[in-house]
Amino acid sequence: MEMRDSFVDTTTTLLAQEPRTALVLADISAALFTAAAERHPDRVLNVGIREQLMLGVAGGLALTGLRPIVHSYAPFLVERAYEQIKLDLDHQAARAVLVSIGASFDRASAGRTHLSPADVALVDTLSGWTVHVPGHPDEVPGLLRTTVAADGSAYLRLSTLSNGRPYPGDGDLVLVRDAGAGAALLVAVGPTLDAALAATEGLPVTVAYTHRPRPFDTAGLRTLADNEVILVEPYLAGTSARVVAAALADRPHRLLALGVGREELRRYGSAEDHLRWHGLDPAGLRRSVTGFLTPAAADRTPTPAMLGQYV
Amino acid sequence: MNSLATITTRVAEAAAPLDGRHPIAPLLERVRAGRDFGPNVYSTLDVLWVLYDRILRITPATADDPDRDRFLLSKGHAVAGYYAVLAAKGFVPPGWLDDQGGPESRLGDHPDRTLVPGVEIGSGSLGHGLGLAVGTALGLRAQGLLDPRVYVLVGDAELDEGSNHEAIAYAGAAGLGNLTAIVLDNASATHGWSGGPATRFTVNGWTAATVDGRDHDALYAALTGQHGHRPHVVVAVVDHEEGR
Repeated sequence: MEMRDSFVDTTTTLLAQEPRTALVLADISAALFTAAAERHPDRVLNVGIREQLMLGVAGGLALTGLRPIVHSYAPFLVERAYEQIKLDLDHQAARAVLVSIGASFDRASAGRTHLSPADVALVDTLSGWTVHVPGHPDEVPGLLRTTVAADGSAYLRLSTLSNGRPYPGDGDLVLVRDAGAGAALLVAVGPTLDAALAATEGLPVTVAYTHRPRPFDTAGLRTLADNEVILVEPYLAGTSARVVAAALADRPHRLLALGVGREELRRYGSAEDHLRWHGLDPAGLRRSVTGFLTPAAADRTPTPAMLGQYV
Repeated sequence: MNSLATITTRVAEAAAPLDGRHPIAPLLERVRAGRDFGPNVYSTLDVLWVLYDRILRITPATADDPDRDRFLLSKGHAVAGYYAVLAAKGFVPPGWLDDQGGPESRLGDHPDRTLVPGVEIGSGSLGHGLGLAVGTALGLRAQGLLDPRVYVLVGDAELDEGSNHEAIAYAGAAGLGNLTAIVLDNASATHGWSGGPATRFTVNGWTAATVDGRDHDALYAALTGQHGHRPHVVVAVVDHEEGR
């Protein structure tokens, strides 16, 4: 079962259990909600291929007291109708739960139109949003139930990429591998964890996991971090750098922020290919981390990720 | 475009914008505070007054009632008359009108629903109200609130924004009988609407009425002329030059 299947099952249950819940679609995944739409025709609303309307409708539903879940492919949900998120939700003080599929490059072979590495950074321009980036399908039901039951706005970023095991919890940093005092702290977000663990095997690096980059667990970060922090995010590199910098502002520290590069590669292939090209596979991560930890500047051969290049 | 006749007309408007005939003229004058309002302010006054005085089932006491009618001002720049009407009907204290737009004012040049009692949506960026109105109409329907009506006011130039056409097509297909759009048509769309704005709605299954936007009885008849399970549009035509 992939994350989208978990989302469909949990949402279908929520629609049946909680009459405040509504689902707004723009054709994407509509076929998976056929049964739910037949049972709840007034609360499962497929507006067709109209993303501006999808978010406007969500805003209107929320203004009447419903709790809308809005779902589409990440670039169409977050990027295409960004002003509707800003104005039809936030400016109206209307709240919704946005759930995307596609992530950064799940459908790499579809090309740039279906890639959305900047989605979390874009949501991060807004105020008060919770962002969940689950790393395993089994994390999805709990996150979805919790965010729908809450009142705030939230963005759940689902992917076909996944770690080998789930880490339930509310999103505070989970200590996965403790390398002892003085070690660098690597924070892996969502489905980057397994590659980060493989990359740092045998290195003096403590590894922590979170599926909730916003609000980032800054208290946990301050507890676990010494003076070297490595961020590994499955979306735009540096998205959480400002949060880490602010959390450690009183502490001399170094930060390596890894993630997806800004350059449009104009290559197809698979998600695994793009992970490699962006230096997010175990070998690429190990190159970056080793370079970061090596004190002598002369020994620090820039990695592809550092240079924003691909190999 | 600025012919001598046009300029003369506008000067005359600035001197006596409402010539005292309108019940909210004194309140609007407090908002105006000596400034020169554009025609868009005056062009919406009549429809706003007919709505709040004769049609909308909403009072300051029921401003948060789930069963209230909703009025969504999508063309948020038409705000001066809106504030004046809200003051006339007791939603906001008249004293708020005196420093409209000031640093301590709750009344901006575009309305903010979180700051102004009775305001259903914050607007200003064109093309957002109709989508929000569709969602509001759907939300009421989903909760079995079948009495309240949702009115949304857009401008003919605002219809340039494609988001409106997403909403118009879907509302027709969904049969949103509790939704009424009002197009304030002062012929300001740069490329016009050949055949009239109403055609963009009727082709999608809406019922439509096009009336003189200054004729209160005609406006009342059109704004209450919904029938059945189709969304309804009222095109209120006002003079482009005079805008009143």
